[in-house]
Amino acid sequence: MRQLLITILCTLPFLAGCTKKSSNEIVIGQYGSMTGSEATFGQSTDKGVRLAIDEANAAGGIKGKKIKLVTMDDQGKAEEAASVVTRLIEQEKVVALLGEVASSRSLAAAPIAQSKKVPMITPSSTNPKVTEVGDFVFRTCFIDPFQGTVMAKFATENLKAKKVAILRDVKSDYSVGLADFFTAKLKELGGEVIEDVSYSSGDVDFKAQLTKLKTKNPEAIFIPGYYTEVGLIARQARELGIKAPLLGGDGWDSPKLSEIGQKAIDGGYFSNHYSNETTDPVAVEFQKKFKAKYNEMPDGLSAAGYDAAKVLLKAIEQAPDLSGAAIRDQIAKITGHDGVTGKISINDKRNATKSAVVVQVEGQTNKFVTTVNP
Amino acid sequence: MKKPLLALIGLIFVGFLIDLSFDAFIQLTLIYVLINMILAMSLNLVSGFTGQFSLGHAGFMAAGAYASAFLSTIFPMNPGPMQFVYFLFYAIAGGAVAGLAGYLVGLPTLRLRGDYLAIVTLGFGEIIRVILLNTKTVGGARGMYGITGPTDFTLGSWTISKFLIGYAHAIFWVVACFVVIWRIIRSHHGRAFLSVREDEIAAEAMGIHTTQTKVRAFVLSSFFAGVAGSIFAHYANYLNPASFSFNRSVDAVIMVVLGGMGSLSGSLMAATIITILPEALRPLQEITGVDLRMVIYSLALILLMILRPKGLMGTKEVNEFWRKYVRKTS
Repeated sequence: MRQLLITILCTLPFLAGCTKKSSNEIVIGQYGSMTGSEATFGQSTDKGVRLAIDEANAAGGIKGKKIKLVTMDDQGKAEEAASVVTRLIEQEKVVALLGEVASSRSLAAAPIAQSKKVPMITPSSTNPKVTEVGDFVFRTCFIDPFQGTVMAKFATENLKAKKVAILRDVKSDYSVGLADFFTAKLKELGGEVIEDVSYSSGDVDFKAQLTKLKTKNPEAIFIPGYYTEVGLIARQARELGIKAPLLGGDGWDSPKLSEIGQKAIDGGYFSNHYSNETTDPVAVEFQKKFKAKYNEMPDGLSAAGYDAAKVLLKAIEQAPDLSGAAIRDQIAKITGHDGVTGKISINDKRNATKSAVVVQVEGQTNKFVTTVNP
Repeated sequence: MKKPLLALIGLIFVGFLIDLSFDAFIQLTLIYVLINMILAMSLNLVSGFTGQFSLGHAGFMAAGAYASAFLSTIFPMNPGPMQFVYFLFYAIAGGAVAGLAGYLVGLPTLRLRGDYLAIVTLGFGEIIRVILLNTKTVGGARGMYGITGPTDFTLGSWTISKFLIGYAHAIFWVVACFVVIWRIIRSHHGRAFLSVREDEIAAEAMGIHTTQTKVRAFVLSSFFAGVAGSIFAHYANYLNPASFSFNRSVDAVIMVVLGGMGSLSGSLMAATIITILPEALRPLQEITGVDLRMVIYSLALILLMILRPKGLMGTKEVNEFWRKYVRKTS
């Protein structure tokens, strides 16, 4: 047993130390998958966040202090996320946290932020459960059910479709959620769901469901699924002679969609967080700055990261002091923030109510159609 | 070695000091060290002492972790002085489930040898993970969150922190695992394990039922892996099937090989090094701006294996070195 004791005692000094703190800096922590199989998620977000922080520092910082961003890599692992967040809070003494893209890692880290009373903003975790962890956890993106509402609004207001059919994936929480919220909103707006059929992800033949839909002559078909099945459904629908426009959610957002669906999916609409073709002046300005700094076009995650950082900086600026509770209160009060991905207001459930963009599939590119406000 | 209870009390006292002097990040890392110690020691029983190369250790850890977390939703913990008993109960149940899984996996596979066994255990480890990934009741791909963990409580004028409870629980199992394996290796069962490692045919000729012996080692090893999973579940409060991928099995194998196949104290050291090294190197990333962490970590492993091909300790234990060098000179 002696050796065990010695081992532990010998390693303790190893662990300690490496804490530095300067009172001229406000430290913000970010955790994300900078390496690993989802490395692009973390890196894109980090670029957006850095851009926002560099801007704030160029403008003289906040409260006369410079902002320092500490980004730590969680390698795309949930237990690493928990460990780096503890480290950011305990050793780097961060005043607030930004992260993560994946809901599973946000869920691992959120209870720690909550128990240490450090406000956390996730730029792009859309699972509703994340912010239910506690009152220190916020998000600046919309949640999954919201997209259903957006598409219902788009169908009735932009497409003037009153008779809509739904084809939902019963195996996916995401799809069922979207379909339910779509139905509710459509009824509220005076529309009608004339047919509601289902499939399971992994299916390849949808002709039975589509034939059923065809007899009802829907004005639009809502398919809240993932791109693989959606592509196949689109092709089979066109083969059967269904001409109604197809609608969907951000599960469509993949280059694979048009590879699978080919010409059949062209003209379909889906809701997304951000589009590079937007004409919104804030977004155009962001694209210009992003291009100047990184020499590439931003993707949706960079835009989301930029927005989350902006919201946080705004809250820190308005907070009377740098305590977690003070910043938390200010984040909760954010309303009408002009973000790149839309106007952001934080609601009482700590989720952002903000607009979504609707884009139209056009080969490999997605054409910006409109912005739908909540 | 003669008084495990005394050692346990001593180590809990050390934990008390750590609780007072270090921040939560170091405490969390320390808990991870203890979990990895259990994982490494238990795998050492199969790989080091019995000589069966298993690549499915993470699967058993996952089984234990999820079983224990699920159990805590059925029998919710009572936050008070009794919570230690609850954690013990969850850990034993988690370990039992993992042990059962180990038995089911071991029975058909342990008739295989060498590379074949490695591949089959790898497959089974993945099966456990994929089953969890597709089970809605434990959260599926989203993960299981809000698992009850230790909480602070006051005992008279004393406040017992949640770290101390988690630590005491983890260290209890480290000591238990160490003592159990240590004693077994020196019993006639242990001799059977060693003989299977050295020469299976000779062992069989001596009247040892080799498959049964291997299954025994495998079940005990899975039990402790499950216990490690249970501690992990309740201290991290969050489980995700992705945490129990093939990589974690490989980490466990690295710890065993690095520490020395067949050396418990080597496993303890290797678990400590492997857990702490990446964390200790993290500040380097901030200074240089490049992620050299994993490069240095890997280099350190390569160097260690070149300089000490049999691992840090080989098959020896620390006390043997102690007797040989330290006692003699003093």
